This record gives sequence, C-alpha cells and structure tokens, in this order.
Amino acid sequence: MKIPEVQDKPRDVREDLLDVRGLSVAVRAGRSWRTLVDGVDLAIGGGEAVGLVGESGSGKSMTARALLGLTPPGARVTGDIAFDSDQVTTMNRRALRELRARRVAMVFQDPRAHINPVRSVGDFLTEAMIANLGVAAAEAHARAVRLLADVGIPDGERRLRQYPHELSGGLLQRVMIASVLAVEPDLVLADEPTTALDVTTQSEVMAILDELRRERGMAMLLITHDLALAAATCDRISVMYAGRIVETQPSTTLTATPRHPYTSGLMLSRPSIDTVADRLPVIPGRPVAAFESGEGCAFEPRCGHAKPHCRDLRPPVQDVEGARVACVRAGELTLRGDVDV
Amino acid sequence: MSDTVIEATGLRKEFGTAVAVDDVSLTLERGQSLAVVGESGSGKTTLARMLVGLETPTGGTLRVCGRPRPPGRVSSRERRRRAREMQIVFQDPYSSLDKLQRIGGVIEASLDLHFSLTPGERRKRALELLEAVGLAERHATMLPRQLSGGQRQRVAIARAIAVEPQVLVLDEAVAALDVSIQAQILNLLADIRERSGISYVFISHDLAVVHQISEVALVMSGGRVVERGPTGALLSDPQEEYTKSLRAAVPRPGWKPSRRAVSGSAANGSAASGTAAS
Ligand SMILES: Nc1ncnc2c1ncn2[C@@H]1O[C@H](COP(=O)(O)OP(=O)(O)OP(=O)(O)O)[C@@H](O)[C@H]1O
Ligand SMILES: Nc1ncnc2c1ncn2[C@@H]1O[C@H](COP(=O)(O)OP(=O)(O)OP(=O)(O)O)[C@@H](O)[C@H]1O
Ligand code: SF4
Ligand SMILES: [Mg+2]
Ligand SMILES: [Mg+2]
Repeated sequence: MKIPEVQDKPRDVREDLLDVRGLSVAVRAGRSWRTLVDGVDLAIGGGEAVGLVGESGSGKSMTARALLGLTPPGARVTGDIAFDSDQVTTMNRRALRELRARRVAMVFQDPRAHINPVRSVGDFLTEAMIANLGVAAAEAHARAVRLLADVGIPDGERRLRQYPHELSGGLLQRVMIASVLAVEPDLVLADEPTTALDVTTQSEVMAILDELRRERGMAMLLITHDLALAAATCDRISVMYAGRIVETQPSTTLTATPRHPYTSGLMLSRPSIDTVADRLPVIPGRPVAAFESGEGCAFEPRCGHAKPHCRDLRPPVQDVEGARVACVRAGELTLRGDVDV
Repeated sequence: MSDTVIEATGLRKEFGTAVAVDDVSLTLERGQSLAVVGESGSGKTTLARMLVGLETPTGGTLRVCGRPRPPGRVSSRERRRRAREMQIVFQDPYSSLDKLQRIGGVIEASLDLHFSLTPGERRKRALELLEAVGLAERHATMLPRQLSGGQRQRVAIARAIAVEPQVLVLDEAVAALDVSIQAQILNLLADIRERSGISYVFISHDLAVVHQISEVALVMSGGRVVERGPTGALLSDPQEEYTKSLRAAVPRPGWKPSRRAVSGSAANGSAASGTAAS
C-alpha cells in the first residue's frame, strides 16, 4: 500500500480500501444541474461488507456507478473517491478500464440490460478471463462451468451454449455473479444481486460471497431492499434518502435501534411472513429527489417528528451511541425498529 | 359470465429437449389472488407467458374469461379484447419499455388503445396513475434509462393497471422497490381489487409479500407444481421438503446464509417467531 498523504480532512489516514468523501453526482436539465447524489461519505475496508439500503430512486445505483466512473454521459461528479489510495475521479480511461477489469467488479441491478443479447453466455463469461487475466480458452471454459456450479447452476455446459433470452431472470443474475467471481476482485459492488433469486438460492449465493470475503479478503458493497439480508451479511449498513446517506450503523444495532425517522419508517412498512396486515403502514407523502429538497432536512415534509428548525439547514451528521445520523433530533428520539427481534 | 377467469389444464412447455413447464393446472376465480413461488428457473415466467398468450404451450388447454385461447394469429380487435382481459407486468421492466418513449407517453399510449379520451383527459389520467405508484409529473418527461430500477418497475405497473384488465399477472413486479414504496403498491393493488374485482397472478420470491397479497399459492420446482394450498397454511405449515427449505431460507434475525440451504434447516421453518396470527 502507498503511504497516504497528509491532508486536512476529518480522517487523515487512509487505511480503507475504498474511501469516498463528499461524492456528488449531478446531471443537466436544460440550463440547470439536477443533483442526484449529494455529499455521500462511504468507507469500506478490505474484507468488509457494507450494506446500502434506501428509497427507490434515492441514488444507490448512481453512487455505485460513480465509484467506477460509469455515470451517464455529461454527468458532473464531484468529491473524492480513493480506491487503495488512488483517485478514481481523476483516472484516465485506461486506468479506469484496468480498475474495472481486475480490482473492482459490479453486479448490475438489471442483468438483461447489461449482458450483450447476441453473444452466448459462454462468450460473456470467458471473454473477460481470456482478455484480462490471460487465461487460455479451454481453461476459461472449464472455469466458467465450475463458477456456474458454484452459483447453483449444475448444467453449465448446456448453459454456456445458451443466449441471454433463453435464461430466466435468476439464472441470468447468477451468470452475472459468476462473471464477477471469475475476476476475484478486491471489491465487488453488488447492486441487488439476489432480488431475482428464490431464498434458497439467495442463501447459497450470499454464502459464496461471504466465503470470498473471509478467505480472500474481498470487500463488498451490497445494495439491497432487504434489511434482514443486509443485517445478516454486512458489517455496517448505510441508509440513503434523497441522494444523501442519512444513517450508518453496525448491522447488529441498526434494525433494533434505528436512529433516523426514515429508517424507522422503513422497518415498520415491512410485511410479515407470519401475519397479514389489513393495510400496510407506509411513510406518508411522496418521495423527493435530491434536487427537489430545499435547504433543510429532505425528509421533513414526511417526518412525523419534524420541528420548525428541521427546515433551517441540512442536518449535519452526528454521532449517537455508535450511529452516524443526519437528523437534528437524533439524540432525543426513541424510534421503533424491528418488531420481531 | 362465469366466475372463473383462468382455467388451465396440463400446461406444458418444452424448449428443445428441455421441459420448462410440466403438467401445470390451475384455476383463478374472479377477485382471487394467486401467488406463484419457487425455484429460480422452475418455469414461473414461462407459465405466466403462456397464460397471457406470449408463449405457445407444447401441451394442455387454456380458457380465459370463459373463452378458449387457441394459438395462432388473431385480429387486432381480438388482440385488444385479450389485452383488456389480461395484462402482465414483466420481470425485466427495462427490456419491456420502449427506450425512446417518454414515461408519460408510455402510459398515454396504453390508455389510447383502450379508451376514448380527449388528449387532456388522457394526460390527466396518466399523471394520476403515475402518482398512484409514487412517481411525479417530472418523471413523465423522462426516458426509461433516466429512471432507477424501481421507478421503471412502477412505470410498468402503472401501464398495466391503466388498461383496467380483469386479470393482472405480476412477475416479480415489486422486487426492486424499497419496503415503504412496496407497501404503497401492495395497498394500491388491494384497493383496486376491492373496487373492481380484478384477479392477480402474483409471482414473487418474497414470501412475506406473497403472504400479504394472496389467498392461495403454488410452489414450483423443476417445472412442476410441488405444493399448493391456502397461502397462510402453506407458509406456516409447509408439507413438502422444497417448501420447507424455502421457508427456512428467509433472512431473519439470527439467520446466516449457507451453501447447503436445503439440508437440515427444514425443521425450524414453521417454528420461527411464534404463531401471532392466522
Ligand atoms: N441518466 C439519468 N438522467 C437523469 N436522471 C437519472 C438518470 N439516471 C438516474 N436518474 C435519476 O437519479 C435518481 C437515482 O437513481 P438510482 O438509479 O441511483 O436510484 P436507486 O437508489 O438505485 O433506486 P432503485 O432502488 O429504484 O434502483 C433517480 O431519481 C433517477 O430518476
Ligand atoms: N426462450 C427460451 N429458450 C430456451 N429455454 C428457455 C427459454 N425461456 C426459458 N427457458 C428455460 O426454461 C426454464 C424456466 O425459465 P423461467 O424463466 O420460466 O423460470 P422462472 O421460474 O421464471 O425463474 P426466475 O425465478 O429465475 O425468473 C429455464 O431453465 C430457462 O432457461
Ligand atoms: S431532521 Fe427533523 S425532519 Fe429530518 S428526520 Fe430529523 S426530525 Fe425528521
Ligand atoms: Mg438501483
Ligand atoms: Mg422468472
């Protein structure tokens, strides 16, 4: 590892594999800019798993894509992304390609939109191994079959000859996960990697990712809507709302003692496998985008605990008993969490 | 008109030598909600596609709203009629949306095909529908690629309910939504059902969601139905090994992922967290 430079930032030693500070992403809308991701801080150490949950449209996928320089054309990315002490934001194309080919891999949320429909599954899986890792074609083929077996696809030989449209959603998702395992990256950005999988297959796939983490020190950012899954597989969980991270806590405490009203609202909306609710509780009001929220707390229009001063400024992140929370009332509120703990 | 909206007997689908769906029969009553759960690759989507007529069964028979649905070309009038009978929300919303059509246009086109509305009425209705799924007016002018995964999924839902079909097939339609918006959509589906008597075929990997939305459920594995029954009973007291393993693999406090999810864990499935209701 390189020796970190001394700098006047809050944490001055960069010991984390990934260290993101103040990451913002904006896109053009006519003459103005629309902020989609707003001042995100995120750190992931080697072998660590961090969960990212939050509202649909809050910027989770955009954050992950920004880490790899995969934002939409014309987007403005600001802030500081250090991967193993290298600045990602200033990398040239070649360095970025290198980074994506060997060190940081992404499981995309929508595999069908990211896997070339006219190439076979075999081509998709072996291509990267041959081109980037210098593996011989026959060896790459054999490895692809093994990787498919690893993600619960036993008839690999047949699957390699198939095309994406011949595979179910969950099979394709697993092909994408296998392609990531092939690279054995230092960090995997997994954007809802198991949403298309049944729970037994999900369990297997998460166990494999967990193994790689323990045995090879692979770090993971897990984007998911399943709080119980995140709690069971991650060290820490961050919660995103309107482009900002509003809360970060160790997994062991987040679900029992949420500190941000949005997090608490999320937990209460979950349907239960044991009971049927007459009507599911929802967080009232409509989601807002980062660029729609004013000066104050973006959650204020929907928050049952809001006070007039919540509108004054963007709530700074504060430490509350091991949690980092962006809510001005975090210290004084007791919020409901997981009901079945 | 009969109260059975779907009657499928012995449906089978082969792709080459592989059998994707093997002898599946089901009936769906007016106003009923049927869940289909099961293994990834077990044939759920293929079954759904046969029900809506996007895939020709290799064997079996299908009646929808009291009429047989023989394969083959149909007139555009018949196609419209079938669309009013049954709509589907696809598992992959991105590939089911026209990449060049703005979101408002997507919904309006769907309305235009089935209702005679003035442009003003159509636009108003489209915005109402977007609002019902938690999207706003500003999304109407956006392109599919400018939306998040969950936003696209909600556009697909809005487009399908716009048609006011008698049966709505939802294939993993709420999987990409955060739990609060998911709850909003589940409540919306419940409201529509109460108001209109619509029926649902609800394919999902999320057993808690399935419990909330359906009265009856099918469990599929390897192309076949391995267990079926009232959803509550199926989840609280599963009979088949496969259903038990599903029940046991649901993440919950204290759960850890495991590579052999099937073995040994079946027994504690129904014992988890008490018998609070049902
Ligand atoms: N190319 C684009 N141009 C403009 N806006 C975009 C573009 N891509 C995404 N957005 C907007 O950015 C916001 C964040 O999108 P993102 O995909 O990161 O959400 P997400 O948190 O991953 O949501 P989901 O859980 O639904 O996948 C959304 O409101 C979306 O509409
Ligand atoms: N067009 C096709 N050509 C060949 N095989 C196909 C085709 N469509 C589906 N299959 C195969 O049929 C089987 C069932 O697929 P289907 O999409 O119905 O599964 P599913 O239960 O919906 O799975 P998932 O939960 O992963 O979405 C799979 O093995 C799949 O590869
Ligand atoms: S800052 Fe105020 S409005 Fe925002 S979450 Fe906290 S209490 Fe609610
Ligand atoms: Mg996303
Ligand atoms: Mg499917």
